[in-house]
Amino acid sequence: MNVRKDFFATLAGIIIVGLLIGALAATLQKNGNPANMGVCVACFTRDIAGALGLHRAGIVQYLRPEVPAFCLGAFLAALVFREFRPRTGSAPAVRFILGMFAMIGALVFLGCPWRALLRLAGGDWNAILGLVGLIVGITIGVQFLKGGFNLGRSYPARSLAGLAMPFVMFVLLVLAALYPQFGEAGKAALFRSTKGPGAASAPVVLSILVGLVVGFLAQRTRFCTVGGIRDAILMRDFHLLSGVIAFLIAAFALNLIYGQFNAGFTLGTNEAGEVIKQPAAHTNAWLNFGGMVLAGLSFTLAGGCPGRQVFLSGEGDGDAAVFVLGMLTGAAVAHNFLMVATQPTAPYIVVIGLIVVAVIGLLGREKLSLGR
Amino acid sequence: MSEKVDARGLSCPQPAILTKSALETTDLGEVTVLVDTMTQVQNCARTAENAGWQAEYEEKEGAFEVRLTK
Repeated sequence: MNVRKDFFATLAGIIIVGLLIGALAATLQKNGNPANMGVCVACFTRDIAGALGLHRAGIVQYLRPEVPAFCLGAFLAALVFREFRPRTGSAPAVRFILGMFAMIGALVFLGCPWRALLRLAGGDWNAILGLVGLIVGITIGVQFLKGGFNLGRSYPARSLAGLAMPFVMFVLLVLAALYPQFGEAGKAALFRSTKGPGAASAPVVLSILVGLVVGFLAQRTRFCTVGGIRDAILMRDFHLLSGVIAFLIAAFALNLIYGQFNAGFTLGTNEAGEVIKQPAAHTNAWLNFGGMVLAGLSFTLAGGCPGRQVFLSGEGDGDAAVFVLGMLTGAAVAHNFLMVATQPTAPYIVVIGLIVVAVIGLLGREKLSLGR
Repeated sequence: MSEKVDARGLSCPQPAILTKSALETTDLGEVTVLVDTMTQVQNCARTAENAGWQAEYEEKEGAFEVRLTK
């Protein structure tokens, strides 16, 4: 059969979907999601960790419906197009550790690759350092890949293995939809911020709908931010990167239309002479850069960006599911041990993380034979 | 005769890397890559097409056989 008959596999397919995801992200911000954070898989997974009480940073606790909806949208797409394939067994524990450090690195910068692009699209120039760091991290990862790094094969598994993550995400989505009742009853089953980014959210129904649509389309097109940069460096293949650039352009254009574009490293000073920061951002260049080097390297060794890992977990990839659980744990660790943004432990954990992930990269080098 | 590559169970970008390396090293005009997801079918096909090869695939016993020809 010809591979090209599937529209979603074409260049036009990935570009249109990239534009749409970028536009939807800016629209979620317009409708209440935190500034420059229309969709951020790292931030939102961190908020979910907070909602579940895994960390107690009061301003970032909210069971974001977007992440479970991403997974379930991908799950639906995989079912409809007969691509649901339960599989597991490719170094799950290593993927868990990579997920943790990817998340910790992203939280030092304050955003996953998706949010790095959204911050740039919103005029936050600190994102430039983050994106440079991301590219450096991916470039280092590509060197490991060229040296033979791989995490080994996965094998077909029983349905149970592939359904576990969609089931967990379904439960989270139901909780997210029911949350207002829990909260108002005064016996909150979940934590919810009353101020800060965790208090800012689009209407739940809109978040769920956008999440499902993005999950569905991203599963079809294999939209992946880290994969886009990786393929461009490694293979001179610009297919996925075209979608990523489309995402950035659409978010930028809609930010201009919505009046959400505010350029600068900071937003100037207030009447008291205090510097107003860009939303959910800091201006420490080394940490913006270093955090994303760590994240970029970790995502590259694990095979894809955080969004892509969530989508893969929806189509039955049990190893991607373990990576997502690693991200959830990493978020809790990062906030519990003050590793986020410019907190005291951040510089140390970036260095430690880079060493740990580099060791994984070195130990994982093994020339794959062309046969099994 | 065709060069055979078994990329089943490998995650991105391994199937594409193996495909590329097989295309570069083979003396034969045909390479067959075995993968187990549609994503990897598309990745192998794109890698091959970027290198000037043609790709088609068929489903075989729960996996996909991607046939690449020059």
